[in-house]
Amino acid sequence: MGCGAREVADLLRAGAATIAEHRAELIDLDRPIGDSDHGENLNRGFTAVVSTLDTAVPETPGGVLKIAATTLISKVGGAAGPLYGTAFLRAATALGDRAELDAEAVFTALRAGLRGVVARGKAVVGDATMVDALSPAVDAAEAAVGDGIAAVLAAAADAADKGADSTVPLVARKGRASYLGERGVGHLDPGARSTALLLRAFAEAAR
Amino acid sequence: MKKIINDPATVVADSLRGMAAAHADLLRIEYDPDHIVRADAPVRDTVAVISGGGSGHEPLHGGFVGKGMLHAAVPGPVFTSPTPDAVQAAVSATTGPSGALLIVKNYTGDVLNFETAAELASADELDVRSVIIDDDVAVADSTFTAGRRGVGGTVLLEKITGAAAERGDSLDAVEALARKVIGQVRSIGVALSAPTVPHVGEPSFELADDEVEFGIGIHGEPGRERIKTGPADELVARMIDAVVEDLPFADGDDVLLFSNSMGGTPLVELYLAHGIAERLLAERGIRVVRRLVGPYVTSLEMQGMSVTLLRMDDELTELWDAPVNTPALRWGL
Repeated sequence: MGCGAREVADLLRAGAATIAEHRAELIDLDRPIGDSDHGENLNRGFTAVVSTLDTAVPETPGGVLKIAATTLISKVGGAAGPLYGTAFLRAATALGDRAELDAEAVFTALRAGLRGVVARGKAVVGDATMVDALSPAVDAAEAAVGDGIAAVLAAAADAADKGADSTVPLVARKGRASYLGERGVGHLDPGARSTALLLRAFAEAAR
Repeated sequence: MKKIINDPATVVADSLRGMAAAHADLLRIEYDPDHIVRADAPVRDTVAVISGGGSGHEPLHGGFVGKGMLHAAVPGPVFTSPTPDAVQAAVSATTGPSGALLIVKNYTGDVLNFETAAELASADELDVRSVIIDDDVAVADSTFTAGRRGVGGTVLLEKITGAAAERGDSLDAVEALARKVIGQVRSIGVALSAPTVPHVGEPSFELADDEVEFGIGIHGEPGRERIKTGPADELVARMIDAVVEDLPFADGDDVLLFSNSMGGTPLVELYLAHGIAERLLAERGIRVVRRLVGPYVTSLEMQGMSVTLLRMDDELTELWDAPVNTPALRWGL
């Protein structure tokens, strides 16, 4: 399949629909360990991304991701705004002005996004954050590059699901959940869950 | 959930409109991105002291905008940090050649958004610095966590740095003073009930009738332990012990004692607790030289309180006593 600006915008629309659908679930995941704002904030941000894209879609995939980045940074707030915003911004920068993406480019964008999240949030795998979903997703994406874009995104989504589940037994070391210490054990990290949800939505939309 | 609201999505903006009407002599409010500035802004010949954070903690921070305290405050959505463009708008509205000091509470979202805002501001060639307040002794200070939260001490920090800016101190001096205050202020909070965030509609946590959450933050995030309720004497003693032993505060220290209601605890209980705290400190030889008692850093309607101690010296006392004219703090005029 060709993957240009319009297709990337469609992936983001699918991501926004998923976030809207899971808004209450993300709030509930955040409630016992954080401040209940994750689902609300992401939904506000992605709704704004979609309405911006409805006005005009930029010419390149990188341009689309850049709009998503700046919109998320200026609408989400909390920790998720700068983290997701940085992820999309770095992905956009990595793609430059190329007009069509191949599987290799999609992997490159995912990897750049992960690096951005790590640079901004300074979390590593095992801290019970979105990195626990995104990092294995990038590894799985790399292994699937030979099989095309849909396979790359599907592999990433599968790995992100497992990665998100792996946060349940962890003691959070970053973000608000870290204040709980051992009491945070047994909770699925909301950021890891939203990352897995977005990658799943992208994978479904790319099939 | 019963609240005096129309729509959870517009709570903050609707509240700001009322605040603008109530305090037009002291401040004005700009919308989208939302920021609150002094009525006489810009005051370009002094360092701008700017603070911000999620809404739901009123009067923090907007209630402290005015002469002698904050030049601007940036309210985020309820319990959510403001975005970098809002912080940048507040900086643009108030900051001149003297520069600005951003007061940031140590929460991941606040730190990340203010960090991004400071980067944007330096691109405008403004001298913008940040200090991070982390006075909550409930949280282990470790490189493996987000570190201690910023809580009640924030008000004292905003008052003292605001007074220093007002008298014309340089940015270097105001920043150094802020770091000094942060180094010698400590707090602890307790919750007797949970807050209900408007967009969630349910309490942030469940507490049994005989339980108290000890070491609570200001966002309805649970504290470190849950204890059984007892007489106020026991609860306040436990709070004072936790704060005093942390710095530690010692026999012979002069302190400011700040007894803060989290919103749902009435003054009758707060004064009661404050009286106990004064007595316990006197027993330890710690002299309370200044006080602040009331709801200043709240967590919506959460029942509970926090105790903050700031070690005082002549300079801090003079700055604390300096005139202030804001919606929530006003004296010396």
